Amino acid sequence: MSDATHRTIPDRLTSRSQRTLKSWEAFLVLIAVLVFVTNSFASPYFLNPWNLSDATFNFTEKAMIAFAMAMLIIAGEIDLSVASIIALASTAMGFMVTLGFDTPMLVLTGLAVGLACGAFNGVLVTRFGLPSIVVTIGTMSLFRGISYIVLGDKAYTGYPSDFAFFGQGYVWWVFSFELLLFALFAVIYAVILHRTNFGRAVYAIGNNPVGAQFSGIRTGRVKFVLFLLTGLMSGIAAVCLTSRLGSTRPSIAFGWELEIVTMVVLGGVSILGGSGTIPGVMLAALIMGMVTFGFGLLNVPGIVMSIFIGLLLISVIAVPKLIGMARKGAH
Amino acid sequence: MIANLVKSREALLVLAIIALVALISTRFPGFAAPANAANIFNDTSILIMMALGQMVVILTRCIDLSVAANLALTGMIVATVNMLVPGIPVVALLVLAVATGMVLGAVNGILVWKLDIPPIVVTLGTMTIFRGIIFLISDGAWINAHEMSAAFKAVPRASFLGLPMLSWFAIASIAAFAIGMSRTALGRAFLAVGGNPHAAIYTGINVGLTRFMAFVISGGIAGLCGYLWVARYAVAYVDIAGGFELEVVAACVIGGISIAGGIGSVGGAVLGALFLGIVKNALPVVNISPFWQLAISGSAIIIAVLVNARSERKPGRVILKKAEHVA
Repeated sequence: MSDATHRTIPDRLTSRSQRTLKSWEAFLVLIAVLVFVTNSFASPYFLNPWNLSDATFNFTEKAMIAFAMAMLIIAGEIDLSVASIIALASTAMGFMVTLGFDTPMLVLTGLAVGLACGAFNGVLVTRFGLPSIVVTIGTMSLFRGISYIVLGDKAYTGYPSDFAFFGQGYVWWVFSFELLLFALFAVIYAVILHRTNFGRAVYAIGNNPVGAQFSGIRTGRVKFVLFLLTGLMSGIAAVCLTSRLGSTRPSIAFGWELEIVTMVVLGGVSILGGSGTIPGVMLAALIMGMVTFGFGLLNVPGIVMSIFIGLLLISVIAVPKLIGMARKGAH
Repeated sequence: MIANLVKSREALLVLAIIALVALISTRFPGFAAPANAANIFNDTSILIMMALGQMVVILTRCIDLSVAANLALTGMIVATVNMLVPGIPVVALLVLAVATGMVLGAVNGILVWKLDIPPIVVTLGTMTIFRGIIFLISDGAWINAHEMSAAFKAVPRASFLGLPMLSWFAIASIAAFAIGMSRTALGRAFLAVGGNPHAAIYTGINVGLTRFMAFVISGGIAGLCGYLWVARYAVAYVDIAGGFELEVVAACVIGGISIAGGIGSVGGAVLGALFLGIVKNALPVVNISPFWQLAISGSAIIIAVLVNARSERKPGRVILKKAEHVA
């Protein structure tokens, strides 16, 4: 601790490749490989292309929302109502089925409800200046509550057969439509966050909202757009999930908001805002999907998996801090 | 003074509750009768206690989402102990429940205090871990009424001065929190830490330790409620009180406790919980499907936070004088 008073400027900055190797994403790649290898040894059924393809369904829908949620969290806000938006959008689609509408109209309804819910959250947070965590805990109850009012203990079924494509269709060989969407959105969101002015604004707002405001960024509008995007992605996830299940109950996607937030945090996004990347979130989604699938093949109950996910969530933040503290103590 | 009283959020909430009860009474005249009111209070007791525990956490700018899982885990532990040792005195189980709850709260507290991990992440994680541990303890099985001793189940129902013990636990908690918040250094520290953490440090308050204590208190209350819940409903399994953490946070928000910390009162937390309890108990008697409850509490949260934000709002800062128009 003796040299704490004067800081040194390094003669040579760390090279790009060195930084890449030391990054959180590199660590996630390592974990992903480890999980993959362990799973292939643990179960003979793991390395079957169709099994692996099936396994992708347990993260694709959540990951789509996680991309938008990552940007929202980087900007210093959060949306806990995403799973309830799925429920409401799915209920609206089911209602449209009873009115006799066909697939294009159903998809449009799902997306429109998602956007509307996102706009509602966005207005409350940006227009009225309310804390997003409280607003979205409220809308989380409200949106799913409306589904319960409409459906009660009943369910909507009877979706048209061509509607099944979104959640059950395959584009080529083992590659499902959902997997294609997942890959597409990963690229789109990576470009938006890492290659556009809008993306830079998101980081700026997360790091210093007042500074961002004074440097001419319309913070309110950016945040509003992020809530819209999160709502839209929830609507898209609702279309996929409803199509995959072929029915709507008000309890659909219950508890997903926490899994999505876990995915985002595991992906290296700071819950306090200001830092994180889309490739990180994508890797976290892959890891969580593979862990769930691998445990499933070994007949491990879902709730035991959740212990693992919970430990993972805390340790990904705790371990680097503990290492940092140990290093400080050693000097 | 009267003007201040009318403006306070507690007064607003009391008015809202009176209006709500009056509205229900037009459909069901017996709703506000003392016996029914006592029933509603008893039914809301656990929510009131949990809201008080959550209040101190929120006051310090933290949040505890693991309380319902803590309640369920502690409930399962005491029920298991009672099943294995039926003769164990209930007082010992009460102590065990509070101690277990405090230990679980301390786990959250340590992670927030020593490792500086955001409370929402910590408690999201421990929430799923606690639920998973219940599964490991119980192997997914239920502990049913016939596996619990009579004394174990009797305590919440036992009548004292005309009220069930469950209500007395709530009343005692309200009294303890009211005294603790206004008359002890720790109670004032909760408010100071949430109001302005930097200033709190300069006044000699250990911010991390205060937050730790808040989590321990919240955990202890959740543990106590774990016993009360399991004994009252005479069943323990993995999913009891699922999603209850949000109801607890909702009670706090409706009660005017600012999620940004530093603002809130014991009266507010109690009234917020009572508001939700009244809605829940009123729906069946006025013939509205219980499926409306979720949407109503969601709307109540949004309205409450809108109303409270209005009174908290600071006027925007003027950085440039408005240009004067030259005629």
